[in-house]
Amino acid sequence: MADKEKWILGRKVGMTQVFDDQGRSCVVTVLRAGPCVVVQKRTPIRDGYSAVQVGFEDARTHKVNKPKAGHFARAKVRPLRILREFRCPDSGLYEPGEEIKADVFAPGDAVDVTGISKGKGFAGAIKRWGFSRGPMAHGSKYHRRVGSLQSREAARVFKGRKMPGRMGGAKVTAQNLSVVKVDPEHNLLVLEGAVPGPRGGLVTVKAGRWGRRSGR
Amino acid sequence: MDLVRMVQQQQLRLDVPEFRPGDTVRVHVKVIEGGRERVQAFEGVVIDRKGGGLDETFTVRRVSFGIGVERSFLVHSPRLAKLEVVRRGRVRRAKLYYLRGLRGRAARIRERRS
Repeated sequence: MADKEKWILGRKVGMTQVFDDQGRSCVVTVLRAGPCVVVQKRTPIRDGYSAVQVGFEDARTHKVNKPKAGHFARAKVRPLRILREFRCPDSGLYEPGEEIKADVFAPGDAVDVTGISKGKGFAGAIKRWGFSRGPMAHGSKYHRRVGSLQSREAARVFKGRKMPGRMGGAKVTAQNLSVVKVDPEHNLLVLEGAVPGPRGGLVTVKAGRWGRRSGR
Repeated sequence: MDLVRMVQQQQLRLDVPEFRPGDTVRVHVKVIEGGRERVQAFEGVVIDRKGGGLDETFTVRRVSFGIGVERSFLVHSPRLAKLEVVRRGRVRRAKLYYLRGLRGRAARIRERRS
């Protein structure tokens, strides 16, 4: 494939609603996306796979240790806080120092957004797995418990049984969100719908697996 | 929230007159009916105004044929053709939900004179 892949790193800024061309209000997430700087290329010959390493957000100099400083100096780029790799069919299309901005996307594009979801702590089976609860009154004391674990025949609990436990704080991808607005000048990317993670959370935006959105 | 405000900025309507809860307003709403667009008016008392920026909404209450009807609108919606303030009311709270339990003379609101 000769085309460059579409992806960018960003931070979730917050959510709001905007009006579309028909005056309908539409819920959107505002991202501060990019600019990302290409720091290193991975090639099949040297690394066994093809990818580009990009950095995002300037790092304060005292936060950069010597190995990292050397790494950035070699690419002739300013020190960056976050380094991430993106697989791509041909990393030869990129050069270190190259900037990737929000304008890799256009309004109407479908994107997948990956982030770390908000941690919910130790959550019960109702919140975590959508179990139904028992009656809250009329003499019932069985409110929010997990219920039966397994058949009696098995005489044990099978692996993967849905039970209470840690929820959230995991990598989540929201698929097929459509791009509403792009402003590379302000590193602005506005997507329809919600995006995993808290405000200020790091997210990866990639071209959607499912192709272009036809509209709302 | 700077970027969020920026996103909202260009869609904010500057032609919305100043109004507050207690005021009686006439809202001209664009409605699309069978492919045709026309303007419909809804008049009543503003009983709340909440949210900020583009997300700001207000609720208008009117009693129509003895039945209370409330409609919420987005202040900055492009579907609002016009907003007229018919009467200014003097009220002592921001949310006038207590009007729901009152009828007739009890639900009157004193006029505000500036």
